[in-house]
Order: sequence, then structure tokens, then C-alpha cells
Amino acid sequence: MISRGRLFLYRLLFGLLLLALWELTSGRLIDPFWISSPSRVSVYLWQVISDGSIFGHLAITLYETFTGFFIGALAGISSGFVLARRETLAQILDPYIVAFNGIPRIALAPLFIIWFGIGPNSKVILVVIVVFFLTFFNTFSGVKGVDIELKNILRVMGASERQILFKVTIPSTIPWVTTGLKISVPYALVGAVVGEFIAASKGLGYLINYNTSLFSTTGALGGILVLALVVVLCNEVINRAEAYLLRWRPREEVRTERELF
Amino acid sequence: MAQLLTVEGISKEFNVRGKKVLALDSLALGMDHGEFVTVVGPSGCGKSTLLNLVVGLLPPSAGRIVFRGRAVNGINPEIGYVTQKDNLLPWRTLIENVELSLEIRGVEKSVRRRRAEELIDRVGLNGFEEHYPHELSGGMRQRANIIRTLIYDPELILMDEPFGPLDAQTRIVLQDQLLKLWSANRKTILFITHDLIEAITLADRVIVMTSRPGRVKHIAAVPIPRPRDVYQIHTSREFQEVYERLWRELRPEVIMTEV
Ligand SMILES: Nc1ncnc2c1ncn2[C@@H]1O[C@H](COP(=O)(O)OP(=O)(O)O)[C@@H](O)[C@H]1O
Ligand SMILES: [Mg+2]
Repeated sequence: MISRGRLFLYRLLFGLLLLALWELTSGRLIDPFWISSPSRVSVYLWQVISDGSIFGHLAITLYETFTGFFIGALAGISSGFVLARRETLAQILDPYIVAFNGIPRIALAPLFIIWFGIGPNSKVILVVIVVFFLTFFNTFSGVKGVDIELKNILRVMGASERQILFKVTIPSTIPWVTTGLKISVPYALVGAVVGEFIAASKGLGYLINYNTSLFSTTGALGGILVLALVVVLCNEVINRAEAYLLRWRPREEVRTERELF
Repeated sequence: MAQLLTVEGISKEFNVRGKKVLALDSLALGMDHGEFVTVVGPSGCGKSTLLNLVVGLLPPSAGRIVFRGRAVNGINPEIGYVTQKDNLLPWRTLIENVELSLEIRGVEKSVRRRRAEELIDRVGLNGFEEHYPHELSGGMRQRANIIRTLIYDPELILMDEPFGPLDAQTRIVLQDQLLKLWSANRKTILFITHDLIEAITLADRVIVMTSRPGRVKHIAAVPIPRPRDVYQIHTSREFQEVYERLWRELRPEVIMTEV
């Protein structure tokens, strides 16, 4: 196992190597008009940071992402729990859930704009839908997969159904729920940005789209870089929360069911 | 005095993909208060099924189980069950697992802590209280599995091959510990094993089951005085005698299962 410090160092070196390659390619092999360059992007970022104009866009995108994330996660987790414990209801709803989940979210985005306007609401709702399904399916499989022997052991000890819910079902579902939440974060962000691409007057998606329409690859790549940074930061926060919540588990590969947007 | 447990001619039939499989066939046995009874039988003869029926996790297809003079109907929380798999809750530390049944009964935290620590000490698990199950060895997990059942003091304790997956040395150490725990408060134990030596070492009586469908084939009392030295017991003459007699009964059943 590589030490933490070294890992960080190598990661930094790899990033610098990529930037150096980009800088060297730009202007020598490819016209900067197409790919801009790290120095140009830095100047752009410095400018939008110092005049503060980036923060308004960032705030809107983060607002849409996290509001949608919390509502979607809450709805997804609770429906997952309820349906996993109501066999008949789950069977009735099954084809509808499959069908609804099959619709590409991007196809819904323009409709949501028509219904809920070009403001943040339409993006929030798009994010809610995205996060709902990811957390729903994970929670549902988690509750379904609870070890029946563990429940029986508690029954033999005289536990009530309520005690079994809190002492067995919920804790054994937590790894699934955290997996659902973890993979939801980047998708939530993508949902918000895609919504902004289609119609918006503010947000990182809007900024990238606006710059692209002016053929400013520098501005577009700058926006994308900010987006990437946000994803990395969120991921770090989630990894730490997960490591704490699941400290009782042996280390193993995380099961993730990736879903195409 | 009436027996603590009587199993009155129970049969159990399973439906396996449309086909009926008879696991137990009119099996009968009785247990007195404070008795240590072991059951041996070839694998698949219905030993685990028997315990599941006694504790009430499964209903019998015929016959009935009487515990303290009452017919068992549904799960009976007066019976403790040490399952074959340790079934510790993986998200609870060792001590939290041991305390679980008292927590369910609403026993105050400081009281249950003290009780748990006492038992953890008795089986030499001190120092591992805050470890999660995956950080413990198989032998440690099985000890935890046993003491978390002892802690709530059920009148009858069922044990399903609790030492089955352990290596020979660990088994003997745990047999010794189990006998000491048992002689300290003399609960009634019904203990399943596929190891005849283990069965004789521990028991007041050994029950031999037939191959499937499981029935009681033979019952032998073990006239070896207690306390017993589990490290030496198998060299004694009484042990050899009981062993030979039981092996004569068990051998054809095991061979029938092999072919
Ligand atoms: N839940 C079940 N459903 C179907 N068949 C079962 C079930 N439990 C046990 N059996 C069958 O009953 C027989 C006895 O099983 P078991 O009691 O586990 O045996 P043992 O513990 O003696 O090895 C086996 O043939 C097994 O396949
Ligand atoms: Mg078994």
C-alpha cells in the first residue's frame, strides 16, 4: 500500500503532467482556438474569480444540485423502504417504475422547462428525478437483501418487529443507501448542468453553453474545470462520511451500479 | 417432575421445487431440567430442522413440541438458539453484540455492560470488546455467539454445531469453556454435533439420529463423572465403551448417507 503523502504527490504530478501536455500541444500542434491552453484558462478563471462573476453561477448550480439531491434522496430512500416491505404494492408498481426509469432524463429536461420555467425550479425537479431512482433502487435491493437469519435470531431473543427494523433492517441497508447517495452526487450535478444547458439565465451550465456559443473555448473549458473541481470535492466529503458510517465493514470494492444519464 | 421439553412424534416435510422431502419422521425425545443432551447424525438428517422446530421458527408437519407443559406455537423466546453460522450483527462491536438481547429486553445500559463484560472475561475475550466481528477469528466469533445467548439466561439453549468450522485445538478449548459455563448455572442444553467424540465429552445423554428422514435411532447415557477433563477424557475406559457402542449405531447411517 502506498502512503497517503506519496499518493497525493503522485496525483499532483499526474495532474501537472496533463496540464503540461495540454500547454505544449496548444499553439504547437493544435490551434488554441480549438483547445485553448492552461495559461489562458487560468487567466480567465482568475478574472471571473476576482470580479466575482463566477460565484453567482456556482451558487445557482450548487443550489439546484443540493436541493434536488436532498429531496430526491429523501423520496427515493423512503419509497425504497416502503416498497421493499409491501410486496403486493411493489408488484403492482413494478412495470411503471421500470418504464419511468427507462426514460432518458435528458428527454424530460425540455418538458420540465416548459412546465416549471427557465428558473432553478425546473433543474431542481430534474435532479430530484435523477437522484430518486438511484437511491430508490439501491435502498430497495438493500432492504430486500437483509439476512433473514439475523432477523430470526432477534425474534428468538424476543425482539418486536419495530426493534428488528431499527436493529437489523436499517443498519444492514445503510451500505446500500450510502452507495446510492454516493453515485447520485455526480449525476445530480450533471442533471442540474444539463438543465441549464437547455434553457437558463444563470448557472455553470449556462456559463459553459454561453461561452461555447461565442466560440470561447477558454471560457467553456474554464467552466468545465470548475465543475470538475466541485465533483472532486463532493466526492471527498462523501468518501469520508462513508468511511465513518461503514467502519464496521471489512474493506472491499464498492458495489456500484452505474446508470447512464 | 414434568420434563422441561418433550418432542412428541414430530415430522417435517419440505416442499422442494414441487417435490416433497421428508426431513424428520415421527421423532420423539424428552429433556429434563439441567440436562446436557447431544445429538449426532449424518449430515442432512434433519438436525438443524429439529432445532428450528423446537424454537418455533418452523411449524411441524405433524406432532407437537411441549415446553414447560405448554405446546409451542410460534417463536419461543424462552429458548436460546446458538446457530451454526455465528450470525453476529456485523455493524455492532463484540460487546454490543453480547449486550443485544438485554438491550431488547430494556435492561439498563450500565447493568448490561457489566453482565457482558463478566461473560467476555469468562471466555477470555477481554481486550476485544470494541472489535467488529470481521476483526475476530472464527473461534472468537463462536464464543461471542454463545455468550450472547447465555447472557439472557434462557432455560433451554439449543446449539447447532457451534464448533463445527473450528480447528481441533480451538474446539477442545471451547468445549472446556462451555462445560465450565454450563456447570456454573446448569441450564438445559440440546447440542448438535457431527463429531462423536465431542458428543460424548459434553453430554449426559447422546442421541443418535438415523439418516434422512431423521428419527431417533439410539440413546446412550454417558456415565462419566463431572467435572470432566476434556483434554484427557477420551483415554478413559468408560469413554471407549460408550464410543464403540455409539459408533456401531452411527456407522451404518453415515455410510448410507455417503453412497
Ligand atoms: N427450508 C428448507 N426448505 C427445503 N428443504 C429443507 C429446508 N431446510 C432443510 N431442508 C432439507 O431437509 C433436510 C435436513 O436438513 P438439515 O436439518 O439442515 O440437516 P442437518 O442439519 O442434519 O445437516 C435436508 O435434506 C435439507 O435439504
Ligand atoms: Mg445443520
